[in-house]
Amino acid sequence: MADKTNPKPSAQAPLAAPGRLGGLGKAELLELLRRMQLIRSFEERAGQMYGLRKIGGFCHLYNGQEAVGVGAISALDLSTDYVLTGYRDHGHALACGMDPKAIMAELFGKASGSSRGKGGSMHLFDAERHFLGGNGIVGAQIPVATGVAFAQAYRGRAAGEGAKPTGATLCFFGDGAIHQGAFHESLNLARIWKLPAVYVVENNQWGMGTSWKRVSSLEEFHRMADSYGMVGVDVDGMDLLAVREVVAAARKRALDEGIPTLIEAETYRYKGHSMSDPQKYRSREEVDEYRSRDPIVVLKDRMAEAGLVAEAEWEAIVKETDALVDESVAFAEAGAEPAPGALYEDIYAMELQP
Amino acid sequence: MSVITYREALNRALDEELARDDSVFLMGEEVAEYDGAYKVSKGLLAKYGARRVVDTPITELGFTGLGVGAAMVGLRPVIEWMTHNFALLALDQVVNEAAKLRSMSGGQFKVPIVFRGPNGPAEYLGAQHSQALASYWAHVPGLKVVAPATPADAYGLLKSAIRDDDPVVVLEAEMAYSWKGEVPDEEYLTPIGKADLKRLGTDVSIITFGKPLKMVLEAADALAAEGVSAEVLDLRTVRPLDEAAIRETARKTGRVVVVDESWPVASVGSHVAHLAARDAFDRLDAPVELVSGEDVPMPYNHGLELAAQPSVAKIVAAARRALYKES
Ligand SMILES: Cc1ncc(C[n+]2csc(CCOP(=O)(O)OP(=O)(O)O)c2C)c(N)n1
Repeated sequence: MADKTNPKPSAQAPLAAPGRLGGLGKAELLELLRRMQLIRSFEERAGQMYGLRKIGGFCHLYNGQEAVGVGAISALDLSTDYVLTGYRDHGHALACGMDPKAIMAELFGKASGSSRGKGGSMHLFDAERHFLGGNGIVGAQIPVATGVAFAQAYRGRAAGEGAKPTGATLCFFGDGAIHQGAFHESLNLARIWKLPAVYVVENNQWGMGTSWKRVSSLEEFHRMADSYGMVGVDVDGMDLLAVREVVAAARKRALDEGIPTLIEAETYRYKGHSMSDPQKYRSREEVDEYRSRDPIVVLKDRMAEAGLVAEAEWEAIVKETDALVDESVAFAEAGAEPAPGALYEDIYAMELQP
Repeated sequence: MSVITYREALNRALDEELARDDSVFLMGEEVAEYDGAYKVSKGLLAKYGARRVVDTPITELGFTGLGVGAAMVGLRPVIEWMTHNFALLALDQVVNEAAKLRSMSGGQFKVPIVFRGPNGPAEYLGAQHSQALASYWAHVPGLKVVAPATPADAYGLLKSAIRDDDPVVVLEAEMAYSWKGEVPDEEYLTPIGKADLKRLGTDVSIITFGKPLKMVLEAADALAAEGVSAEVLDLRTVRPLDEAAIRETARKTGRVVVVDESWPVASVGSHVAHLAARDAFDRLDAPVELVSGEDVPMPYNHGLELAAQPSVAKIVAAARRALYKES
């Protein structure tokens, strides 16, 4: 039967060789730092644009969780691997390399948006970058991701039983989603069919106004993997290099051994659940405590210590990402509204006009 | 008589029924400590405690089914779905369990449960969060389905639903929660299965339920300004339908416009249109009109989103068509 291994890799990155951290060189590290900063800057601006009513409805920001999305996705090869997530999806989309202009235009509901203005904040997609959304139903992406992993195993096994899958699938979801039946059904399916799936629960402590502890029978989510004979790992979600390392190992396990992994990343959302959340359920101190472990600052400080980022280089990153976000807002502003006829487009393979 | 919001009316009904009967309890996501995602349950945890007002994990199928079991053995659960979109995860427990247990047990069991929450589009919420799902429930024998459009009916229908010995689905509306209206101060029940004639008229009957009523009344005003006398029937309950009221108004004016914000195919509105055509066939002077949501997943863009829903202009245009008036 299923093996019960539940190894806990050390949360530390491997000893830094000179000029390297977590096995990465300066250029790669600067790029990871830049991606986190791009998300931070994008989300700040999205919040402002929401305030100006350029964006409507539900808008869930990713501030504070950048290390999870960027760290995990940096361990993938998006030419063969896939990513799925829930409605808090701007960060994952950007980490997959999606164009911030197309995302901002989508938030503005413009025809130039990534879903032609029809999806909005919760429904970002990028077929080319293997980013499969963007789901508004809590937990719904988990069986879908399992199906993507199934297809990877299926295609791989066309070469013979036991042949490797064509890639791995990474699925993000929140601490609130983990109690849905869909999660538990999916893990069992992934294990019995040896699917190359990596499930990442971003435990940001709160599901709307509900503390995760109040609604979970277990305090360690990664132990849920034991029920399904999978590997369960927990990791500091404020530490990009640690996240990257556990995801890289999980991906390898998925590809080489067909063993799925459940990763619990402890993190925090700085902002309210959505833009309309008054956040009365948590204290200022709690938010500040996590801000003191800010994932961007953590990586930047470690890089600075190792002489891998100079203040001027950091300033250049901030400047460049802010400029890109400015450009995205300008692009979104300038975009046209969808034509009225768009209402009946993209519903079937063959358009059925009313 | 007090002027209160639809939200406050629901809250008052819950409060009174929780006070009246210890077998009544409220369960759902964020209903207790957060006071409800839309604040319908505000203050109820403080008043009745965590035994009666229960926060759940995000597990729609689980807590909906749990409510069914509790109802089988005598409790009167009020299950709040944060929205009806998420109730799709619970469809099995409503359709295969709640609706069928009385019949399958040959009448040995009753399931006195209420399922409630906002239904239909709000604003800028996109395809998965903007669905008007009345027909999902109305389709199923064994369920009752109510759709209050005013604070007074929200109060009276929710109280009736809680006291009913059958499963009742309540279709509320996010946009309606802040609407105000007069609600009598003394306790009352609004009967399930009884429509309400909101406005008398002679030229055309406009039949609707739930949130679109407001729009229909505005359309009736607009029609009055051009000399058309519209009668407005608010169904209030969509299962069992008040077929007599539909028949009566259809036969009276001979011209019928049905307004339902759901998709047009196999909807409550299309069924009501069928009833009107069947029962007033010999009196009708025009084909029955159906003003529905467009037959598309709801787009996020606000202009498209508005275009996808019924509007005062669409209702007026449909009434004009029924009257063979130039538009
Ligand atoms: C099936 C379903 N139920 C309820 C909701 C409403 N809802 C949206 S987000 C949310 C909380 C989810 O929290 P979590 O999974 O921890 O993710 P986070 O928001 O913290 O990223 C809820 C209850 C929904 N969108 N889908």
